[in-house]
Amino acid sequence: MEKKAGKPQISERRRFLTDIAYAGGLGILGGLLWAGYTEKAKSSPLTLRPPAALEESEFLKTCIKCGLCAEACRNRPANIDRDTGRPRPGTLKMAKAQDDVTIGTPYFIPREVPCYMCDDIPCVTICPSGALDVAKVTNPKTGELDYKMMDMGLAVVDPNSCIAFWGLQCDACYRACPLMDEAIRLEYDQNKRTGKHAFLKPVVDMDACTGCGLCEKACVTEKPAIFVLPREVALGKAGDHYVKGWDKKDQERVGNRVGKDVTTHDQRSEKAPQDYLNSGSLLGE
Amino acid sequence: MKWSNIKYLVLRRIVQLSLLALYFMGNWYGWKVLQGDLSASLLFGKVPLSDPFAILQTLATGALLATNALVGALIIMLFYGIIGGRAFCSWVCPVNMVTDLAAWLRRKLLIDRIERKIWISRNLRYYLLVIALIVSALTGLAAFEVISPITILNRGVIFGFGAGAGLLVAIFLFDLFAVKNGWCGHLCPLGGFHSLVGKYNLFRVWHTSENCTLCMKCKTVCPEVEVLKMIGKRSEFVVGKECTNCGRCVDVCDDDALGFDLRNFLSNPKGGNQ
Repeated sequence: MEKKAGKPQISERRRFLTDIAYAGGLGILGGLLWAGYTEKAKSSPLTLRPPAALEESEFLKTCIKCGLCAEACRNRPANIDRDTGRPRPGTLKMAKAQDDVTIGTPYFIPREVPCYMCDDIPCVTICPSGALDVAKVTNPKTGELDYKMMDMGLAVVDPNSCIAFWGLQCDACYRACPLMDEAIRLEYDQNKRTGKHAFLKPVVDMDACTGCGLCEKACVTEKPAIFVLPREVALGKAGDHYVKGWDKKDQERVGNRVGKDVTTHDQRSEKAPQDYLNSGSLLGE
Repeated sequence: MKWSNIKYLVLRRIVQLSLLALYFMGNWYGWKVLQGDLSASLLFGKVPLSDPFAILQTLATGALLATNALVGALIIMLFYGIIGGRAFCSWVCPVNMVTDLAAWLRRKLLIDRIERKIWISRNLRYYLLVIALIVSALTGLAAFEVISPITILNRGVIFGFGAGAGLLVAIFLFDLFAVKNGWCGHLCPLGGFHSLVGKYNLFRVWHTSENCTLCMKCKTVCPEVEVLKMIGKRSEFVVGKECTNCGRCVDVCDDDALGFDLRNFLSNPKGGNQ
C-alpha cells in the first residue's frame, strides 16, 4: 500500500469503531450528567406526602405527576367556600422547580393547609398509578376506607416553645386534633414553680397520630411548637440487639438465645476488678 | 390572508389551547371533562389516559403500576399508532407553540439566512430516549419527567408556574439563536417516542407531484424538512416517521399539491403509494 500525502486515511473498520466509541462516550457523558441531576432532584427527607403514599423511594418511582390527587383535594365538596361558591386552596400542592421536593410530585405544608382527613379520601381513590395505595387506608376487617389508618407523618412537640409547658393554659392543638384524646392527650402535672397550678401538657400518641397537621395549623406560637415530621425523620431506632426482657413479646422475638461472651481479655483484665479490690492495699504499693 | 392558508394552523392552536383550558378548568373549577395533566388524565371522569413514554420510564425504574395508568397508556398508544401518528407534537404539546414562535421569528428576522456552525443530529432524540430509560432505571426516578419542559409548561398552566418556566425561555432562545427546530426536531425524546409509535398510522400528507410548481414554500415551513424529500419528484405519501402531521405544508401550498389522505396498506404494504 502506498502512503498518501496529507491526513492519514481512515479505514471503514476504524471509522465504525471510532463512531461506536464516539456515540458511547458522549452517551455516557450525557447519561452521567443527567443521572447526577436526577439524583439531586429527589425530595428533601422533610417532605410530607399525601395519605397512603408508598414509602418515599417507591413513591418517587411510581408517581406519574398527574396532579389528580391535588385536584381531587381542592375540588372536594367540603372545600367549596359557601359564600363564594369557589374552592379554597387545597391541601396538596404540586412541587415546582424551586421547591425542595421532586418537581411535579404532590406534598403539603400543614402550617398553610393541613389535611382534613376526609372519610372518602378522594386524593387516594383517584390515583391512577398506585403511588397512593388504597390498600394502605382500607380496613382489612371491614374492607372500607378508614381515615384513621392514614400515615403522613408524626406530630412532634417542642417543650421549650410550647407555652403549655411554661404553665400557660393552652390546649389549641389538643382541641384541633381530629382524633382528640387518641392522637393528642393532655398530661396533667404539678407546677412546682407556683406550687398551686397545673401543667396541661400535650402529649402525642405515636401510633394514633396520622400526621394530618391540624395541630400545627392551630398552634398559637409564632413558629409552631407542635409540627409534623415524616415518621422516618421524627423517630429513632434502638436496634434489634436491644431486648426488653420484661416484655414477653419482645423476649419471644429472640427466643431463649444467650448472648456470646464478649468479655475483652488483655493484660489489664487478667486481674478481675474484684480481686484487685479484695487483695492488698488500695493505694497499690 | 386566505383561510385555506392558515386552516390547519388555526385548528391546531384551537386544539392545543382548548386542551390547556380544559385541564385548567379541571383543577380551577373542578370540571370533569379533562382532569389531571398530560402525564395522566381522566376523560369525562371515567376514561384513564396516560403518557406512554412517562409510563415506560416509570416501568424502567422498577415500579409496579396500577392498571389505570397502564390502560391509559395503551389507549393513547392505539390512538396515535393508528390515527394520529406523531400528531401529539403539533396538535397537543404546548411547547410546540413556543418552538413554532421561535421558528417563525427565525424566518422573519432572517436568522435562518446566517450560517452558523452549530450542528446536532436529528437522531439525537432517539439516543436521549434510550438514555432517559437507562437513567430512570439507575436513579429510580423517571428521568425525562423531572426535566421535561412539556410537563413544566402543562403543569404551569394548571397549577401555577414556578422557576421551571426558565427552561421554557431557554428552549425558546435555543430554537431562535442556536439550532433551527432545535428542541422539537433534534432533542425532545418524547417527540422521538411519538415518532416511533406513530410510524404506521393511517392519516398522512399525500403529495401530488404533477401539481407541484417547486415553489418550496412547504420546505420553508416544515419543522422536519427531511420528510419532504419527495417534493416535486414523486407522487407519494409523506411517510417519514418524524412528520408531525401539523399540516403547515398543506396550508402554505397554493398549487393543491399537498393534502391529507388515508394510507392504504392493503394495496401497498409500505403505504408509500396510493
